[in-house]
Amino acid sequence: SEPFSVKLHEDSFRGYKTDAPSLDLEVTKDGLLKMYKQMALMRRMEQAADSLYRQKLIRGFCHLTIGQEAISVGMEQALTRQDNIISSYRTHPFAVLRGGTVVSLLGELLGRQCGISKGKGGSMHVFTESFQGGHGIVGAQVPLGAGLAFAAKYQEKPVATYTMYGDGASNQGQVFEAFNMAKLWNLPCVFVCENNKYGMGTSAERSSSNTEYYTRGDKIPGIQANGMDILAVVKAVQHTKDWVVSGNGPILLEFVTYRYGGHSMSDPGTTYRTREEVQRMRSTQDPIRGLQRYLEEWGLASEEELKRFDKDAKAQVDQAVEEAKASPLPEDNELWTDIYNKGSEPSYIRGREREEGHHF
Amino acid sequence: QTVTVRDALNSALEEEMLRDDRVFVIGEEVARYNGAYKVTKGLMDKFGEKRVVDTPITEMGFAGLATGAAFAGLRPVCEFMTFNFAMQAIDQIVNSAAKTHYMSGGGVTCPIVFRGPNGAAAGVAAQHSQDYAAWYGSIPGLKVVSPWSAEDCKGLLKAAIRDPNPVVFLENEMMYGVSFPMSEEAMSDNFILPIGKCKVEREGSDVTIVAHSLMVTRSLDAADELAKEGIKAEVINLRSIRPLDIDTIKKSIQKTNRLVIVEGGFPAFGVGSEICAQVIESEAFDYLDAPVERVTGADVPTPYAINLEARAFPDGPVIAKVAKRALYRTN
Repeated sequence: SEPFSVKLHEDSFRGYKTDAPSLDLEVTKDGLLKMYKQMALMRRMEQAADSLYRQKLIRGFCHLTIGQEAISVGMEQALTRQDNIISSYRTHPFAVLRGGTVVSLLGELLGRQCGISKGKGGSMHVFTESFQGGHGIVGAQVPLGAGLAFAAKYQEKPVATYTMYGDGASNQGQVFEAFNMAKLWNLPCVFVCENNKYGMGTSAERSSSNTEYYTRGDKIPGIQANGMDILAVVKAVQHTKDWVVSGNGPILLEFVTYRYGGHSMSDPGTTYRTREEVQRMRSTQDPIRGLQRYLEEWGLASEEELKRFDKDAKAQVDQAVEEAKASPLPEDNELWTDIYNKGSEPSYIRGREREEGHHF
Repeated sequence: QTVTVRDALNSALEEEMLRDDRVFVIGEEVARYNGAYKVTKGLMDKFGEKRVVDTPITEMGFAGLATGAAFAGLRPVCEFMTFNFAMQAIDQIVNSAAKTHYMSGGGVTCPIVFRGPNGAAAGVAAQHSQDYAAWYGSIPGLKVVSPWSAEDCKGLLKAAIRDPNPVVFLENEMMYGVSFPMSEEAMSDNFILPIGKCKVEREGSDVTIVAHSLMVTRSLDAADELAKEGIKAEVINLRSIRPLDIDTIKKSIQKTNRLVIVEGGFPAFGVGSEICAQVIESEAFDYLDAPVERVTGADVPTPYAINLEARAFPDGPVIAKVAKRALYRTN
């Protein structure tokens, strides 16, 4: 479909030591509808994970992205598969959007053979060729992402690396260590703070002396973008990708967003914030309803068409849930594989007692 | 021909950097300063600052950055000025480097070497004198090497760099300047030693002494002392902490029926504890004619004063004394 120009909201961006991106964005009808469908699908998928968790079919920790869909979907829209994204443990959509499937993601949560990590990683540890995880230690992925950018520069590949962390992780020392090296060595790295206002139950104001996360890179410029408006996300990602692949060194990008649910499934998310606050965000800032308003305003889709997309997403997820549930648990033998690369294993790995090990 | 441990490490790095341009060295003072302990001397001049990268003092950051570069297909050699400083980065080594291959179902590979001096040095007191072999040795997903001789260092560092898994390579500062004879074979560009195999450095029939790193030297000293009394000690150089070549140790016990394990680490939950446990869990237990003996660092923070420091680590005489105890010869 034909590209056309749209004007973003005045308050979409703020800049630190750099100009904010322009408010003009080229879009296409197909591109917008694709993003709508992907956001609807991601929300349905996370809702299914919520339900599977409540049925006790998902074990351990499970962190959902409901409310934050514009970020993963908008980033995927603006990047290519050669670019890198690495993030924390609230990352289900990235794995699906960048090479996985809903079945492989849900299968991983269920710990099944069809899982994207063969059932060995679980909710927090999901990876694809162009999504390098899926990391469970708060902040540890930030130097790892700087390393991906280091490798891209070393190999002279014109790609951007998006290294993501939350407002909670932003206070880890290693985040600043990574900033420093990235600036020192001019790495093509975009450090993305997904500021959803709460690190577990601690609000940004109670954890961070400076809550303007896009200004925390010292000499590294920064951009703040409205992470609830998918068009602002797309624009910010286009802008920052251009910035780093043009050799300008790293840049910070803060997405101001909001998680509707608790930190993880064990958190009702209501002791440290008010129900009214959550309700207000849902009814006024929702990224899917926001894109719906654009589509209707520009006459690109009717409410009925969009409702049909929602239904399609639900049907696709329902089907995926059944497929994932039908997948068997991993073979017992999988316990011993992938500890070391094939062919380079020790001859013997010990099990629980001396006769229970595995010989390679 | 004799070569120092330092030069053997240096030539291993140079040969592997020539062989594979994905290999690069990163760490504090590795480039312009030529290495805090001169292991990387001359590499910057030969390969440039792209491949020999000086970092700020930021262990957790550069260990993580190097690990990320390995995820992306490079083959980093990450130098810690000493492994004491790697404690700042141990989360990246254990949680990011060692476990990601498994957690990704084999999707992500992490071919990295973490190397640097390990164990007690001389006169640097508690914070700079610690042996981490047992720490890394307990982690699935890592390989852990603790070389002793120049030949070990060259063959094992080259193997570590070529290994597709994360390898922790534990050098010893006090060994850097020590010269060893090197065979023609070991001098060649293609000399590789297998990770996971130990080496019998001295054959004997009366008592088995197992040691790694600097403690191999001290154990050989003890074996010389014992020989004067007609005791033939077999000295095994472990070379690899993980995987552990328990078969070679068991075979030796079947011959000598006595086992003494020597290490520079703390006694509790150490390399010696693990070897002892694996031996008594196995058929080798039936061959033991005396309890397994451990000679270790003392269970104290390493002291500064020279006399106290000497009492804190194994030397030839204490190893010889314990070996004789294992032989029920306590005179």
